Amino acid sequence: MSATITPYRSQVQAQAARAGFPQLLRAEWTKFRTVRGWMVGLVVAALALVGVGVLSALGSHRSCGGPNGSITCPSVPVGPEGGMVTDRFYFVHQSLAGDGSITARITGLSGKEPWSKAGVIVKNGTGQGSAYAAVLATAGHGVRMQYDFTHDTAGLSGAVSAGSPRWLRLTRSGDTVTGYDSSDGSNWTLIGTAHLAGLPSTVQIGMFATSPDAVQTTSSSFGSSSTTGGPTLATATFDQVGLQGGTSGAVWKGDEVGGAQGGPVVGSGGPGAAGSGATGGNGSPTSEGFQQDQATGAFSIRGSGDIAPSVGGPLGDGQAVERSLVGTFAGLVVVIVLGTLFITAEYRRGLIRTTLTASQGRGRVLAAKAVVAAAVSFVTGVVAAAVALPLCMHILKANGNALYPIGLLTEVRLVVGTGALLAVAAVLALAVGTILRRGAGAVTVVIAMIVLPYILATASVLPAGPSEWLLRLTPAAGFAIQQSLKAFSQVAGVYTPTNGFFPLSPWAGFAVMCGWAAVALAVAGYLLRRRDV
Amino acid sequence: MISAMEATIAVSGLRKRFGPTQALDGLTFTVTPGQVTGFVGPNGAGKSTTMRVILGLDAPDAGTALIGGQQYRALKRPLSHVGALLDAAALQPSRTARNHLLWLAHSQGLGGKRVDEVVRLAGLESAARRRAGGYSLGMRQRLGIAAAMLGDPPVLMLDEPFNGLDPEGIVWMRGLLGSLAAQGRAVLVSSHLMSELQDTAHHLLVLGRGRVIADTSVRELVAAASGDRVTLRTSERSTAMTLLARAGATVAATDRDTLTVSGLAAERIVELLSADGVPFSEVSAHRATLEEAYMELTRDAVEFRGASSDGDGGGAGAGAGASAEEVAR
Repeated sequence: MSATITPYRSQVQAQAARAGFPQLLRAEWTKFRTVRGWMVGLVVAALALVGVGVLSALGSHRSCGGPNGSITCPSVPVGPEGGMVTDRFYFVHQSLAGDGSITARITGLSGKEPWSKAGVIVKNGTGQGSAYAAVLATAGHGVRMQYDFTHDTAGLSGAVSAGSPRWLRLTRSGDTVTGYDSSDGSNWTLIGTAHLAGLPSTVQIGMFATSPDAVQTTSSSFGSSSTTGGPTLATATFDQVGLQGGTSGAVWKGDEVGGAQGGPVVGSGGPGAAGSGATGGNGSPTSEGFQQDQATGAFSIRGSGDIAPSVGGPLGDGQAVERSLVGTFAGLVVVIVLGTLFITAEYRRGLIRTTLTASQGRGRVLAAKAVVAAAVSFVTGVVAAAVALPLCMHILKANGNALYPIGLLTEVRLVVGTGALLAVAAVLALAVGTILRRGAGAVTVVIAMIVLPYILATASVLPAGPSEWLLRLTPAAGFAIQQSLKAFSQVAGVYTPTNGFFPLSPWAGFAVMCGWAAVALAVAGYLLRRRDV
Repeated sequence: MISAMEATIAVSGLRKRFGPTQALDGLTFTVTPGQVTGFVGPNGAGKSTTMRVILGLDAPDAGTALIGGQQYRALKRPLSHVGALLDAAALQPSRTARNHLLWLAHSQGLGGKRVDEVVRLAGLESAARRRAGGYSLGMRQRLGIAAAMLGDPPVLMLDEPFNGLDPEGIVWMRGLLGSLAAQGRAVLVSSHLMSELQDTAHHLLVLGRGRVIADTSVRELVAAASGDRVTLRTSERSTAMTLLARAGATVAATDRDTLTVSGLAAERIVELLSADGVPFSEVSAHRATLEEAYMELTRDAVEFRGASSDGDGGGAGAGAGASAEEVAR
């Protein structure tokens, strides 16, 4: 009987000659979009991300108190490069028209903070946030050349004393300012050159002293920490002050730049010459001001504050914009559930067998699922972040909060990074779901891997040390991609995860998370290929 | 020769062990095109495991399973070579039947048009846009058939497709399987209920304890099981029994007025009864049911008496049968 049989040949016309990867991708996308609960889940993830951010923003108010009750908060000065800055110091200065230079010997600096500093400075006026370049001595970090708040170059090391003084020099030529230092006044070393774009012809040139707020971190019984701080004062002594170029040549003025009270204080006496005694401020050694010794021409300047970028943290002036994206963890939880279900629902129903028999190669099935899970999560994250970021920033500002300004590129990174964060989390969830084949277990594991360390590290639950290690080693490191605050070595800030500072750079942290996902995916692929289903 | 290979399943020396259980113990058989091959055996005999191995889902410890001369995983568009229905319940409940077929079609580079065709073939037009979770088992079987037919494959492998079907569905399924085989396809249908295959299968593969214990056409099997027995219908059953037993026959009462006689030819029985004036209304050569033939074959191979009586008992045992096989994995 079978001898007369003509075997059947498939008559069906397909668009593709094989069940290849593009066909698999399309099939997995069809699978995802045809389960209404999963599509709704994506919307829920987006709403959670935006909603938590909005709630947090609505609850965040900044108010400032004055002698007569609450006042409008003063605006935070912005530096020439657009970042918020701290610009408070005592400035003994005069005008310089055109090119010129200043040289001074600093013979003493008393300041408790390592970044208490004093030196010579060229600045575009006495307004806060204006461009400047300075060569200065510090209490703990030697001589530095700094300009425009963010730039910092090391010069001679060692502390300043009467026995070991430092000669500092700034030369201005057009918009170029060059800094030098010397330990003997005759052998000079170039430290650096600053190009201060748009520096006008007439600038203020002189000496300054300032000392940042003390920062004290105390550990509490829960392992968390609280930070307190207060103003400090630095006193610096200068002599052998020499000015060249088009200076007004007669009067040193004292100004508390960024000071809350006190107008300009005028001293008298020629530059570098023994003139009449001058008293700045109210003369008390515990407040800002300056004095010039009549006989020697030496200056004593007392200042408080800092000339530095403003960094986030308990003592900072503003809030980080990623505060708008604080709801990411909520969206992440939903995406983790979806990523897990995308495979464990198939194991639960036995549908995985249909899936695997319909394709050539199990690794490809996993890859197609990963691409689809990543793509839908990415789009969800980008859309949600693109809504949450401007919306929450608007609410935060309306509530009187100052936000650290970010550039367009950073803004794009925050939005795209949030999408990428969700995408990689979905892939990790898919991989763990494939490994464990159980939805509840996989969701628990992935949340314990990503969301839990993030909350422990950033919500003041753990001390800074363990928090940082969590954000270096666990997939939660990926949250670094949302950080917009930059740590500056010339500012003794509290650079802890609680304050928005991650131990890894945005992309390095994201790479750690990707590494976890890649390893999990590789293990999942290996097991999927090896196991009977 | 090559074209003949396309529509076959060739299994050779398959061995598979699950823990202490030797599920497949050197299984060898070939499924040929143009006929329905019944794949039968008690629960735990290894039917589902064999199908999973053929589909590349389970890796055998030894042996090969080829579809048209190729391993399943080497098939470039698998569903146009083999259509399989392993478990009708393997569905995402919230997905509609049509969307279930649609993703499967997309995975093969097929479109919605083909989906509509198989929906019609399975008689699911009116229900296709409903959630599969609300389907009865019978409708799920139809959906499973639709999925198996998506690629219009020359080989079909269906695990217990009759489960949960109503009488109308059973008739439909029998007709469908017969017509698919008549088109030249190889159709392998597993069942633990021989009666389901009675009028469907042309060929039988009987499994017991992971081995093929019979690979035969249905006609030969029934003939062998029927032997030289004669069915006798008489109103005086005990008289006839005594008479025939004295003449050297083995006599068994099969019904109130029916006897099955072996050891005597029909003519001789008529002679004896007529001589003694015992009335009878029918003397005919006995034809065994497939069920009887199968029972005879598997008597020694049945692993669990309890499970087999449960499974062979009738339609009620269908669901339990499937899960018992799962446990045996």
